[in-house]
Amino acid sequence: MLRTLGLFLIAIAGMAVVGASALAPHAGDRSYRALLNAPPTAPHVRDDMGDWHAPFIYPWALVNQLEQRYEQDRSTRVPLVWLSGGRLVQSSDDARAPLLLLGSDSYGRDVFSRLLFGGRVSLGLAVIAALGALLLGASVGGLAGYTGGPADDVLMRAADFVLVLPAMYVALALRAVLPLVLSPRIVFLLLAVIFAIVGAPFFARGVRAIVRSERRQDYAAAAISLGASHARVLARHLLPAARGFMVVQITMLIPAFIIAEATLSFVGLGFPDPTASWGTMLHDASNVRVFGDFPWLLSPAAAMFFVVLALNLVLERADITVATDNQ
Amino acid sequence: MVPYIARRLIFAVFLVFAVSSSSLILARLAGGDYVTESLGIEAHAATVEQARARYGLDKSMGAQYRDWLGRVVRLDLGRSLLYDRPVSDLIPERAANTAILAFTALLFATLIGLPLGVVAGSRRRGPGGAGDVIPGVIRATSLILLSMPPLLTSLFLIFVAARTGWMPIAGMRSPGEPATGLTLDLLRHLIVPAGALALPLAAMFERLQAQAMAEAIGAPFVLATLARGVPRSRVVWRDALKASLRPIAAVYGIVIGTLLSGSFVVEVITAWPGLGRLMLDALRARDVFLVAGCAGAGSIFLALGSLLSDAALALVDPRVAEP
Repeated sequence: MLRTLGLFLIAIAGMAVVGASALAPHAGDRSYRALLNAPPTAPHVRDDMGDWHAPFIYPWALVNQLEQRYEQDRSTRVPLVWLSGGRLVQSSDDARAPLLLLGSDSYGRDVFSRLLFGGRVSLGLAVIAALGALLLGASVGGLAGYTGGPADDVLMRAADFVLVLPAMYVALALRAVLPLVLSPRIVFLLLAVIFAIVGAPFFARGVRAIVRSERRQDYAAAAISLGASHARVLARHLLPAARGFMVVQITMLIPAFIIAEATLSFVGLGFPDPTASWGTMLHDASNVRVFGDFPWLLSPAAAMFFVVLALNLVLERADITVATDNQ
Repeated sequence: MVPYIARRLIFAVFLVFAVSSSSLILARLAGGDYVTESLGIEAHAATVEQARARYGLDKSMGAQYRDWLGRVVRLDLGRSLLYDRPVSDLIPERAANTAILAFTALLFATLIGLPLGVVAGSRRRGPGGAGDVIPGVIRATSLILLSMPPLLTSLFLIFVAARTGWMPIAGMRSPGEPATGLTLDLLRHLIVPAGALALPLAAMFERLQAQAMAEAIGAPFVLATLARGVPRSRVVWRDALKASLRPIAAVYGIVIGTLLSGSFVVEVITAWPGLGRLMLDALRARDVFLVAGCAGAGSIFLALGSLLSDAALALVDPRVAEP
């Protein structure tokens, strides 16, 4: 049952991120100068007189410029419009009273829309980096396990070395080598490569062990005696035996990569500022007032929690077994 | 046993050396250096040259690396350009702060996670009834906490602290309090960062211990002891506990590594003056010697951790040390 819940949460996150441009009420960089750090506008269906309406919102009126305090203007109802302009829902008076489902940030940008677009960057990076790590790790581990001998030793010592490095420090050092300001596309590529290299040994060690023991099985010997090439035996017969291990490992790496991106962006070494990612959004929220007065700016942290929780729910049984097997 | 430890030790020394020298080279390869970062782009060309010559940044990379290497073997790590103090003075005090944080977190996590794991694991297979609620609650809690790495727990705890005012949000000591020694003020400041590190760790310990406990409870010797009439709680907390401690002992070494990278985030968020923050400041300022020193100190932490846990494991289970 927990597994189903996890898969359900993952499906929601996936759809929200893929459909971001239709689901988000605003573009990620649209900023409302008059609505800095505005609280969420909750949709209502009943007004103060007790009459029922189609969903509407109350616009915010600035009460105190300095403290950025707002009050609801209960006299005006701003109805929501559905399925117009390529967006699922937005306010009918978008320029003055926008729909801010999770409030706005310190630049007056809609947090909900940025959460969706940022999820694309954060989740996309984590998934791509994990696939890269899988590819690199499985080929290194497969090769080492299949050939054995000196190649095995060299490759596995290299993998061990990467494993014992303090991963966060390595990522920091590697990232800091490059100019601090890079285009988002290059940062994406760069982080994906760094994460893939740091993550690859986790695959390599397990795949090597599995390939090594599977190679001695009768079916592998049969395939070889039937004239299959080494590459074919490895790719078609031996690596599939490691499938279960790879799935578990990838489910464990994705959360780690999501958090790593958030950490790097949080300290200012990840994506550059206008790009929305869950890490850069948290970076914008790294201000003491956020915790007391603008808690909605912490919603990327909540989003990260739910995605990681969902992945952990899917793993529930498996992760403990792997953690103890490594010993 | 001894050759095994010696082999691990050699590897550890090599690791520390490789990490610190490669981070020096990496930081050096980066565009811009300390002079351009600190003087800004509008500085006079002559001033820039002068400053470079003073810090030794004008030499070629090979020459700089040779100089650094020559000094490192004499245990002189160079001078931090950012703080204008010897690196070997800066690092111990910051590393001590990180160690305080990591040790407290490990202690918290063990004290919380281990007993909960014993409770959850020993009751898991009992017949239905009131007793089954507690392991369920423990398991759900640790599943939630496992999904909150230190980045998220520290934000959450700061949120709680800011809303309630129960404990200080950030920093290590209040102004006006003594700057050294174990004070009540220091302990109050430790709650948020150490708690942030400890919560996910406690959840991990609880899961491991519950699993090991459930296995131990099923062992024939437990059944035999129970059949002899020894009270169940005594069997669980004395005999089965002893037999189920290995997974946690084995994972301690890895945990020290996670604590180190986890504490980096926590230090940055909660303004704890530790090694991670020092490294970040050094990287931002392109303070090459300090970067190398920090990376080296970080890998010493890591190497020490894995060395200690390897030694402990080899002691408990001699099969590990066989080649």
